[in-house]
Amino acid sequence: MSNLVEVPVNPEVVQDQFVVYKKPKTLTDKPLHYCPGCAHGVVHKLLMEVVDEMDIQDKIIGVAPVGCSVFAYDYMNIDMQEAAHGRACAVGTAIKRMMPDKFVFTYQGDGDLAAIGIAETIHAANRGENMLVVFINNAVYGMTSGQMAPTTLPDMVTTTTPFGRDVKTMGYPLRMSELLAQLPATYYITRQSVHNAVSVRKAKKALRQALEYQKEGKGFCMVEFVGNCPSNWRMTPLESQKFVEEKMTQYYVVGDVKVPGGK
Amino acid sequence: MAKSLGDIVINIEKCKGCELCIAACPMETIALSPKINQKGYHYAIKVQDNCTGCLNCELVCPEAIITVYRKIVK
Ligand SMILES: Cc1ncc(C[n+]2csc(CCOP(=O)(O)OP(=O)(O)O)c2C)c(N)n1
Ligand code: SF4
Ligand code: SF4
Ligand code: SF4
Ligand SMILES: [Mg+2]
Repeated sequence: MSNLVEVPVNPEVVQDQFVVYKKPKTLTDKPLHYCPGCAHGVVHKLLMEVVDEMDIQDKIIGVAPVGCSVFAYDYMNIDMQEAAHGRACAVGTAIKRMMPDKFVFTYQGDGDLAAIGIAETIHAANRGENMLVVFINNAVYGMTSGQMAPTTLPDMVTTTTPFGRDVKTMGYPLRMSELLAQLPATYYITRQSVHNAVSVRKAKKALRQALEYQKEGKGFCMVEFVGNCPSNWRMTPLESQKFVEEKMTQYYVVGDVKVPGGK
Repeated sequence: MAKSLGDIVINIEKCKGCELCIAACPMETIALSPKINQKGYHYAIKVQDNCTGCLNCELVCPEAIITVYRKIVK
């Protein structure tokens, strides 16, 4: 490492007119508190890019969860409301019903959405509430140091499953996208990942699609992200990307789960 | 033939040295600096002048701190 030398920028290229990517303006300048390599940062960025591209910064209201992304409102320069743990879909329902002209989304982890809040999630989906659920499935309770979640993979070691998740006594990981897709009132449900450049591009398209459906008032949409949690998975960020590719996306298959007029 | 000249500028004080951009770059343009920033992280730096402006590094960066430039030259 020690013989690496920084190469100066090329002034012929580094000019405002040649910018092809810069941080979305609706993402604040506040440094993210997330661990190095955490998918929460990537998803925050994509969401704010889409908000900027659709020019809806003053038309969208987000609901932040309890979990590592509890401070999401510090990073997204839009109107946001904090919900009690698991209750984001209930809070989102209220906001949308009071202000039907606004875009409403919830941002939730798997512990929030699929454990303590599973009732709120399922009933909001079953009522076909006109909102977008952004669901970050990293297979653990990240914030509280990596306990088993309903989404933890079979045999996966967590702080509360030191010998691995035994499906005989602990049940099987919940595939929330497939579960909600069965409800007649849900409109668009897709599962994405952000573990490499190609998947990030696709994930952004899915977010855009979901918010376009919100614009048209089509109904309940969910974009699930197969996330990571390098800290609690006890992995480096790169190892966690490999785990997403080789293990997580085997169980949580990436792609559209329910599309309008389709499956 | 038209050629694409790229470049990147990284906001190093917000870099957490996660190395995701390094793995995503097809040109091996980026590496971790032996130096550390104020937070104590080894930060990402450009170590070769061969960037094409493909955007891969920016896409995977969780901190959204890589600005990418691309100039098409004849
Ligand atoms: C009512 C209540 N019960 C339990 C907790 C403790 N708690 C905080 S975050 C969390 C789980 C977070 O996991 P997840 O939703 O998957 O988010 P992540 O941190 O993984 O992104 C729990 C159980 C709490 N804050 N409030
Ligand atoms: S604990 Fe896990 S989910 Fe939370 S910020 Fe760290 S890596 Fe991300
Ligand atoms: S834009 Fe592409 S070529 Fe340039 S540093 Fe980033 S990943 Fe590498
Ligand atoms: S991906 Fe971003 S935070 Fe990670 S090393 Fe590269 S520039 Fe730093
Ligand atoms: Mg989680």
